Amino acid sequence: MAVSVPLRPIVAAAPVARRGFLRSLPLKAKIGGSILGFYVLMAIIGPTLAPYNPNTLTTGVDAASAPSIHHLLGTTAIGGQDVLSQLLVGMGSTVELGLLVGAIATILAVGVGVTAGFLGGYVDEVLSLITNVFLVLPALPLLIVLLGYFPASSGQLPVAIVLSALGWAWGARVIRAQTLTLRNRDFIAAARESGERTWRIVLFEIVPNEISLIAASFVGTVLYAILSSVALAFIGVSSFSGWSLGTMLYWAQSQNALVIGAWWWWVTPGVAAAVLGMSLVLLNFGFDEMGNPRLRDTGRRKIRGRAWRPSDPTPVVPLVNEASL
Amino acid sequence: MPFIVRRLGFYVVAAWVAITVTFFIPRALPGNAVTSMLGSMQNLQPQALHALEVEFGSHAKGSLIHQYFVYLGNLLHGNLGTSTVYQPASVASILEQKVPWTLALVGTATVIAFVLGTLLGVLAAWRRGGWLDRSLPGFTFLQATPYFFLALLIIELFSLTWHLFPFASGFALGLTPGWNWTFISSAIDHSVLPALTIVITSMAGWMLQMRNVMITTIGEDYVLAAQAKGLSSRRVVFTYAARNAIIPNIAGFALAIGFVIAGAIVMEIVFSYPGVGLLLFNSVTSNDYPLVQGIFLVISFAVLLACLLADLVYVVADPRARRRTAY
Repeated sequence: MAVSVPLRPIVAAAPVARRGFLRSLPLKAKIGGSILGFYVLMAIIGPTLAPYNPNTLTTGVDAASAPSIHHLLGTTAIGGQDVLSQLLVGMGSTVELGLLVGAIATILAVGVGVTAGFLGGYVDEVLSLITNVFLVLPALPLLIVLLGYFPASSGQLPVAIVLSALGWAWGARVIRAQTLTLRNRDFIAAARESGERTWRIVLFEIVPNEISLIAASFVGTVLYAILSSVALAFIGVSSFSGWSLGTMLYWAQSQNALVIGAWWWWVTPGVAAAVLGMSLVLLNFGFDEMGNPRLRDTGRRKIRGRAWRPSDPTPVVPLVNEASL
Repeated sequence: MPFIVRRLGFYVVAAWVAITVTFFIPRALPGNAVTSMLGSMQNLQPQALHALEVEFGSHAKGSLIHQYFVYLGNLLHGNLGTSTVYQPASVASILEQKVPWTLALVGTATVIAFVLGTLLGVLAAWRRGGWLDRSLPGFTFLQATPYFFLALLIIELFSLTWHLFPFASGFALGLTPGWNWTFISSAIDHSVLPALTIVITSMAGWMLQMRNVMITTIGEDYVLAAQAKGLSSRRVVFTYAARNAIIPNIAGFALAIGFVIAGAIVMEIVFSYPGVGLLLFNSVTSNDYPLVQGIFLVISFAVLLACLLADLVYVVADPRARRRTAY
């Protein structure tokens, strides 16, 4: 025993970027990705495309006017502001907030999840406990209470911080579970035997192999952030000094857009938010299908039909149930 | 550490965190905010003012730790304090009034959504590639829509255009709540649209989860074996596949029950429904911190209780969970 066998450093199996990776993505992911890409593009160039200043009042207009050649999406009842311009400017801040929260929360989730799963022992016990406590804290009530502390003029940053602080736990839990299964694989053992440092194993062996899970967690968090921030802005809890999809809805609702029949005013931001949300859900479906081949659409395969495939032994990752708002 | 001990430890810590967060809700306010808020309440009775100062910790006797234990002691006696807006009504009595509204509406809607969604999920997986299965992307649209936007659409169609149902408040103006038919029918009438909103938006989630778990379950060998025995497909689907596939859904349902008390906050605001969600929102905007604390505590404990329920569901329904050692 205890004869140290000289091991040649084994290059661990890193995910190889296959050729035509984009083309091999499931259709749902392609559609979702394209729509999201369009929104990101709009977030960047939208403000320059806006035909009017979203705050400018149209002289001589008091009531909301329906879509016309001058105002493609109509005007608001607040002195006839241009709805299209508000949308082009507002989409940017909503997308920006979503991506920012997604990034912060995912970094937190990866940090906590990988550390807990990889180190194990008491570190794992403590971190899992914290994660689970954050999972059961009722997020929306807490968000409303916490955002009540900030003055209305403080911009998007407090919202982003509070949303990230309450949104990382689910991702951390899923990533920890995945790290637990990766930890005992041969290529990690090989890396450890060849004397790689812990941080190197984590950064270059563990994290790259969880990249699809991390991506799915990121997309899920962005969806949560967008839906929550739009809802919070709509009820007037978070900042409504700038334009976003939520603040557009807030002003429409507070000026009784429904009752006066100005549908273009509230339907426009609502549909914009819904399509953005759908693109994220489609992306996540795509990630699910990549991870779980059985979900892939292989045409008609009925339970009573005879065209059954033998069940494949792929382990099934439990589905992520989006926290309902 | 055995699973049970670990879980119990989790509940103790989670309950402690909820209580402590609640304790700090008014104390986290910037100090001058408290003074200005107390200054704005001119018509307070002296003892009410004193109670508030103790509540906010601005002029409280003793250290923070002392205040904390006083607070814990009050909680143990079920004393949630007095509302500053609805004084002299106690927080507990206000909650007692509002909780039934939310429970009735959100609870009923959650059950309907769960049953419908799960059934549709089974059907979609059964007829894989059928019309129901192929219309799933349409359901994702509902899942990704901000649900208050859907509520606005429903109001626009059912209330403003077709005049089928009222959309504001929980019952018609001028009625006094009581157990008589006029009031109950009015309450039901007013709850149709909010309930419809909840059912439509949350049904898709149950359906998708059930469908996806079903599809993996249908691929299992024992389902194939059941088919090979020549059992009817209805029997195979419901007593073999769905019975096992439903476990995650039931656990999710147990959790959803816990979130019922929290209400669909934004929905209650849109419909001005007199439930816990609207109460929380109003108490936050009017800085009624004793009430905010009370509501937050009740919501947190309901969720914890539901988690416990979900754990029990797993242990009872899934023998594999009894041997589980990890989370």
